[in-house]
Formats: sequence, C-alpha cells, structure tokens
Amino acid sequence: MNLMARLLRRSPIDAELEEELRSHIEHRAADLERSGLSRAAAERRARIEFGGRARFEEECREARGGQFLDSLVQDVRFALRLLRKSPGFTFVAVFTLALAIGANAVVFGVLNALILRPLSVPSPATLYGIQRGGFKSVAQSYPDYLDLRDRNRTFETLSAYQLSYAGLVTRTFTTSAWIEEVTGNYFDALHIQPYLGRFFHSSDERGPNSAPYIVLPYTYWHTHFQDDRSVVGRSVLLNKHPYTILGVAPPGFKGTLLFLYPDFWVPLIDQEQVEGVDTLRDRGARTLLMMFGHLKPGVAPAQAVADLDSIGASLEKTYPKDDSYMTFSLTHPDLAGDWFGSPLKAFMSGLMLLAGLILLAACANLGSLFAARAADRSREVALRLALGSSRRRILRQLLTEALLISVAGGAAGLWASVELLHALAAWAPLATAPTFHVPIDLDPKIYAVALFASLASGLLFGIVPVRQVMRADPYQIVKSGSLGRAGRRFTVRDLLLALQISICAVLVTSSLVAVRGLVRSLNSNFGFNPRGVLLLSTDLNMAGYRGEAVSAMQKRMIDTLQAIPGVTAVGAVDRPPLYYGANTSPVFTSDAVDLKSAHAAAEPAMYRVSPGYLPAAQIALLSGRNFTWHDDRSSPPVAIVNREFARKIFGSVPRALGASFKMPAGTRIQVIGVVDDGKYGTLTEDLRPAMFLPFSQQPSSQTTLVARMRTGPAAELSPESARAIQAKLHGLDPGVPFAAETWNQELDAAALFASRMATVTLGVLGAIGALLSVTGIFGMAAYSVAKRLKELGIRLALGAQRKEVLQSALGRAVRLLAFGSAAGLLLGIAASNVLSAIVYHATPKDPLVLAGVVFAMGLLGLLATWIPAQRALSIDPLILLRED
Amino acid sequence: MPEQAQLLPGTLDLLILKAVSLGPLHGYGVLLRIGQISGQALLVEQGALYPALFRLVRQGLLKANWGASENNRRAKFYELTPQGRKRLREETEGWNRLAVAIASALSAQPVSPNAKRALALEPEEI
Repeated sequence: MNLMARLLRRSPIDAELEEELRSHIEHRAADLERSGLSRAAAERRARIEFGGRARFEEECREARGGQFLDSLVQDVRFALRLLRKSPGFTFVAVFTLALAIGANAVVFGVLNALILRPLSVPSPATLYGIQRGGFKSVAQSYPDYLDLRDRNRTFETLSAYQLSYAGLVTRTFTTSAWIEEVTGNYFDALHIQPYLGRFFHSSDERGPNSAPYIVLPYTYWHTHFQDDRSVVGRSVLLNKHPYTILGVAPPGFKGTLLFLYPDFWVPLIDQEQVEGVDTLRDRGARTLLMMFGHLKPGVAPAQAVADLDSIGASLEKTYPKDDSYMTFSLTHPDLAGDWFGSPLKAFMSGLMLLAGLILLAACANLGSLFAARAADRSREVALRLALGSSRRRILRQLLTEALLISVAGGAAGLWASVELLHALAAWAPLATAPTFHVPIDLDPKIYAVALFASLASGLLFGIVPVRQVMRADPYQIVKSGSLGRAGRRFTVRDLLLALQISICAVLVTSSLVAVRGLVRSLNSNFGFNPRGVLLLSTDLNMAGYRGEAVSAMQKRMIDTLQAIPGVTAVGAVDRPPLYYGANTSPVFTSDAVDLKSAHAAAEPAMYRVSPGYLPAAQIALLSGRNFTWHDDRSSPPVAIVNREFARKIFGSVPRALGASFKMPAGTRIQVIGVVDDGKYGTLTEDLRPAMFLPFSQQPSSQTTLVARMRTGPAAELSPESARAIQAKLHGLDPGVPFAAETWNQELDAAALFASRMATVTLGVLGAIGALLSVTGIFGMAAYSVAKRLKELGIRLALGAQRKEVLQSALGRAVRLLAFGSAAGLLLGIAASNVLSAIVYHATPKDPLVLAGVVFAMGLLGLLATWIPAQRALSIDPLILLRED
Repeated sequence: MPEQAQLLPGTLDLLILKAVSLGPLHGYGVLLRIGQISGQALLVEQGALYPALFRLVRQGLLKANWGASENNRRAKFYELTPQGRKRLREETEGWNRLAVAIASALSAQPVSPNAKRALALEPEEI
C-alpha cells in the first residue's frame, strides 16, 4: 500500500479492531437490557464495564504485532502535525542538520575521490606505485626502470610515466599541452582497451624517437576534436615533429595521476623530440619518472618489495656511481607517492574528523533542543501516560520526530553538497595548469554516508530526552505543572552544550590559525620581490630551437623586452622559484673523488639564469658580483650561491667567495657571488641551499622571462602593457607559445594553492561551527530565561537589581561558554600542529590567534545571549504576575 | 454470586484456550464461557480479553473468522488450531502438576518442635 495513502486514512485493520470491540459492547448491552435495564442505561453500563477502550485498542495493536508500519504511519502523522505547529523549531533543526550533514558529505566526497576510491582501471586492488629509498621518492631513472621491469618476478610488468609539456599544432588549432610521456606497455600494463583506434605497445619502441604516436583521452578528443571519429590516423605536429593520432582512450580513464588529467599520451621513447633532452640512457638522471604495475596473482606486496630490493642491491653493486638508496616500497599508484599523498591523507582525515565533530556538535545542539522541548511537553506526555499510553510508544513517537527531522536535514544537506561537488568537479583551480582537477565522481557511497549520518544523528539526539520521559511521573506532573528540578546543578543538557561549544572553539581556533598562517605567508620574505613583475614562460624546444639557437633566442627576447618603455629590468630563469617545487642537483666538495650521489655534500635547488635575473627578481646580492654575458662557454664555469649554501659547504659567506665545488659530471665551479636566502620549493620548507648558474654555461630551453615593470601606486600591471609585451614577443617568432601572468598570480596558483584551500575549507568549517554554537547558546539561554520568567519577575518585584537577575538568568550559559571555549582552545592548539605541515607559518603559539579565539567566542556568546538578556531585563513583574 | 478471585498472571491464556476448545466463540462469548465453566468464580476484565486473544492469534494457537452471532450480530469467532489444541493439553498437564505440588506443600504439618523452630527460623534462645 502506498505510504502516503496510509498517512492520510485509517487502515482497514484498525477499523476491524474497532468493530470487534463495538460488537462486544453491543452484545453485553443486549444482555444487560434483557436483565431489565433501559436501552440507554444498558449501553452506558456496558461501556463502563469494558474499561479504557483506547488503551485496550493500543494493547491489541501491540499484541497483534507485525503492524509496525501501521503505528509508524501513525507516529509519522503525529510528528508531522507537531512539527507543523512549531515551524521555527523545525526550521532551525533541519537547517542545522543540513549544514552538518552537507559538510560531511562534501568532505567525504573529496576524501573518497582522493584517497578511498581506487583508480578507474580493471582490477585496481593489485595495482601499486613504486617509490625508492627511505625518503620515498617516486622519481626513477629510465635505465633503472628497464632493469627493474625485466628482472622482477613479482609484477605482471612494470610501466612508467612522467609529466611533460609540449606544443601541439593540428589542422585547426595550435596549443601547448600537459602530457604524460609513458612507456610502450603503459596501456597494456593497465589492462585498458581503446575506445577508438588503437594504443601503442612495447613492440612500437625501437630506439629513440621511433614511435611518433599520440593517444587522446576521451574528454580531450571530445573538447578539441568534437568527437570526430576520423582523427584516428591523422597527422599532427608535436613540437614541430610529425606525430600520428593512434586512438582514443575510454571515457572513464583520465591518466594515472588523480588530480592531473593529461591532454594526451606520447611514448617516453620519443623524449628527445618532446623535451629536447634525452635522459633515457642516463642512469643517474632521476626525473619524475613514476613506476607502477599489477602484482602477479597470488603475490603479496611484501614479496614484491623483497624482489625489488634484491634487484636494487645488485644494481647498487653494478653501478656504484649512479645507484644508491635502491630499496623500495609500494604506495598508491595515483597520488604521486607518499611525499604528496601522506600530507594530503593527513589533512583530509583531519578534515573528516572536524566534519564529524561538526555533526556531533549539531547533534548535541539538537539533543538539548529536544530535551528542552520534551521538558516543555512533559504535561502532554504525562497526560498520555495517564490515559494509558505505554512509555515505549511515547518514546517511539519522540524518536520518529527526531528521525523525521534528521532525514529532512540529511536530504537538504545532501542536495546542497551534491551541487557543491558538481561545481568542484568542474573547477580548474590553477590557471597555469588547466589540467589540474579535483577528481570527483558522485559515488553512491556519498549518498550512503549522508543517509547513515542523518539516521545516526537522528537516533543520537532523539535519545537525549529518553531518560527524562522514562522517569516522568504522570501524577506529579499533572498535579504541579512542571518538573521541579530547578535546583539541579548539572544536567545532560549542560554537558551537551559545553561539548558543543568546545568543538566549535576547536574549529574557530584551527581556522584562525590557518588564516593567520596564510596572511603571514603572503607577507613573508620569499627572497625575491614578486610585486610588479610579469612572467612569460615558454619552452623554446616546443618551437624547434636546439643547441646554440636557444641561448641566442633567449638573448634576443631579453633585448626586445628591455627596449619596451615601462620595463625597468629583464632577466630569464629556467623555472621560477616556488613553481611546484624546484630543480635540484647534488653537489660535491671540490676535493671529492667519488662522485656518487650518496656522497654529495648537499642537494641545492638549482636555477639557470640570465645575467639580468637577480636584479629583475630583486634578489639581494650580499657579496661578490653578478653574472655578465661574458661568463660563457669560453670562460671558467661560475656560480652564485645563497647564504645557506655558503654556510653549509664552505662554513661562511667570506670563505665561499672564490672557492669552488663540483657538479656530478665532475665540472669544477667557482663561486663568484653570494645572495640572500629565500624560498625555493615550497613555502613551508626550512632554509635550504640554492645555486644559480648562467644560461650561457648551463643551457636550458625552458625559459621564463622575468620583466619588472614601472608600476603605479596600485603596484599591479595594466593589461595593456602585458598585451603590448606579448605582441612584441609574438613578432619575434610567432611559433613560440607564451604563457603570461604576473608573478603574484603565478604564486597564488602554484605556491599558495594548498594553504589557500586549507584556509578556505577550515574557514567554512569554522563558520559553521560558530553558527552552531550561537544557536546552541541562544537556545539554552532563551530556554532558561523563558522557564524562569515568573521567578525572575517575582525577584524583580521584591527589589532585586537587574544585574543580579541577569546573572541568575544567564550565569549558567556564560559559565558553560567560558568552560567550553577554554577546553576547545586547548584542543585546537593541539590539532593545529597537523596544520603547520600544509599552511606555512601556521602556529597556534601566536598571541593574536589566542586573542582572536577568545574574542570570537566572546562575541559569539554576546550575540547568542543578547536577545534572551533583553527579554530577562524587560520583564514587567506586574504583567507577569497577573497572568496566572 | 460467589466471591470472585483475581486471575493469576499467565492463566488468562489457558482459560481462553479451554473456553474456545469447547466450540468456536466470539469475544463476549469467551467471557461468558469462562464465567460459566468456573462457576462465576473467576473474573476477567472485559477489555483485557482482547489483547490476549490477539496475542494467541499471532502465536498461531487460535484462528479467527467473521460470522453472525446467535442474535444475528456480526462478530468475530475464534477457534482452536491443532497447535492450540496441543498447547492446551500441555498447559493443562503443567497446571495440574503445579496445583498438586502447591497443595501438598501447603498441607505439610510440623514434625517436631525442633523442626518447627528450624522452619520458623527463630533464633535459638540461650
């Protein structure tokens, strides 16, 4: 039967029960009539003899059993009626829960997508990524990869891929693209079948540049080729080399990195054409080549690790110069290894915990609301008990009410979170890397979690008033009108409220810590000055420049920019600092003989720069001199190092000047200058050594032009000047694609993204927490004032001071607020230690944060108690006493 | 009317089964039959009968059908199921055993003053 129909009319079974009892009474009345009573008197007598008919009907329903749905329908009907009668309460309760459950669903959705859900490939359970050494690096060298692939006996096969950047020219468009360079067996190792055309295989690899093939992901094919099935076999230009589109991958497959969807795949064997360099024969070149594979059936992960370790040990013996730390561990295949995955996991788990706490706070909030409501309804409950309703039935009815609210709240929260998750999934947060995505799919698990959360919370807060009802003594309540428990010092409600306030204080503390950390990192010393600087990045290799032509073109570009009015300084660097990490290279002391990476004196960040870079970036030269264009191939190799480099390798800045160190290739390099320390890889890093080498001695086709502009007071660049600069460069060579943005924009995207996301998320959670505590305190204060209105009125009439009245009306709420805030603050400080891994400068040991939390909680308290206090103060004893 | 006794807990079900075992009855009829066979000695609260009837139906000991009563009113008639008949037999035996045991316990006589003292659990005088 339709549930709605049942809600609206009585069931036939109930009608039957009623008829049976009526029949009994009629039979009895007939008997009594025969014994001489009048018809009316007989009927009356029969009804009295029968006893409480409603009670027996109820007992019959229970005795009959199996009619759960019936009484459920009754309960739901009754609950709906009650909730309709107090729309304010209903709205607050549903809204509170919607917020809490929505927050949980969103956080879970992201957690699920990033961590819980496996990559969408066949049999993901046996797919593992491989990382090297105790420091868990995912970067391998290609020769090592080949050895591990061919000699292991535990993996079906091993495949590897790395990210790269290339220029693509087709018949209809020219663009630059993020790509994955993959080994020939990539698709076969993942057990994937093409959606269209074919994939490349190991058999296509026949030496460098032997496999000029491209495989497109479904989405790229859809957006850039408009689902044109004839692309298969079409020829395109990749960095000016002819390549053939082989096929299209199936729709669900977006590459092996969760958060970065590549624009297409090319064989790694073509590295020379794609990147302009070939590191495939260099065993020491550990670029970000990431390895993964399926375990053979029946092989345990530990066996695979042992297998890889034994190969690693033999490689270390055979190639002592290049191979060290050749021990291995297995990891998620899709999160770029533990260095990235672990903090992400920690943060997401922390976030999930906070979201759970919010739900708990919401439950505590609703629990105390329900308890207050149940206390107000004690008369009604008592009356029902006296009329013969069973306690179990009343409890079930209260629970039904709680569950109705929780399901409504859950539905609303789920709806909102699904909308938000959709928006997140479509969002490309990084302008410089449009392929970066938050990989969200709406998994049925999210719905299950929301449903579970709402039912569990409904039961949780619905149970709060149970004790109250079980203990209620109908006779006492009906007689005296209310539960005389004013003298009790400590109730469950107080405990719940204190718990809720401390949870909120935790949230407020952590969001303040994060916000403060972010503000500090925005104003911190990067070692360079990003204000008023335009960055123009390109890779000259994409436009076909090779060898000497690269340096020549770089010099022409710099000269061109310099001639533009408004440009005050121009330099070039291979990869700007804080751009998703930094290039590094091991260095050795000048007398080192054994140039094995394990013996390196340090592994500094490495920047290849033009002479103009240091002044253009405003990196302070502490001593020595800057590069000139005369530091070239014909002059001795030179370097400028930072203070930390000087201290670490040479002991001090003066000693570093003029001293020399060795590169892994054995080149001896002389230090000609020392610059100030700065940030290189990430904002959260400790002081680290860095070195700058001249382009003319260490060429690189990767080029970012750094153009410092004369700026107005706004210190921002006008779009016109940026366009003018791009036009000039375009005139130089239209085939060179440029990405232009200000340095601040670039930092926003690359370096501050993680802390910004963390801050926004925590800020939202903090705001929800604050909202919850306001409603919680408000509810409690308003309730306590309303309950004691008469008492307060009498005290006022007897001459009590307003201050005293206020104190007794709100004292408890204020004490709970203070206690809860203090507990939450302490917990929040403890929790913030996790944050410092993600948000630079996030430390709770900051007087401003502490003051901020105290101030915020105080403000919340004031806000929440304001109206009840006004109400307590405006009591007119005369009116109040007249009322009854 | 003879003095009426309150029912012991649990005996109502047994009485209903017995009453219905003598022929199908509607609810009011069950009440009359119990009065009749107990010589009006046992009092059953009228309303309390119905929850018990519903419980027995649910346990499968009784089955119910609508029909017309002796004075042509619609009424629901109850009769024993084979399972109910079996249960009645078992409960009757159990009740008889219990009654005999209680009766013999209550008719026991003191044997000696010592035993009497022990039974009464009086502290011994010094």
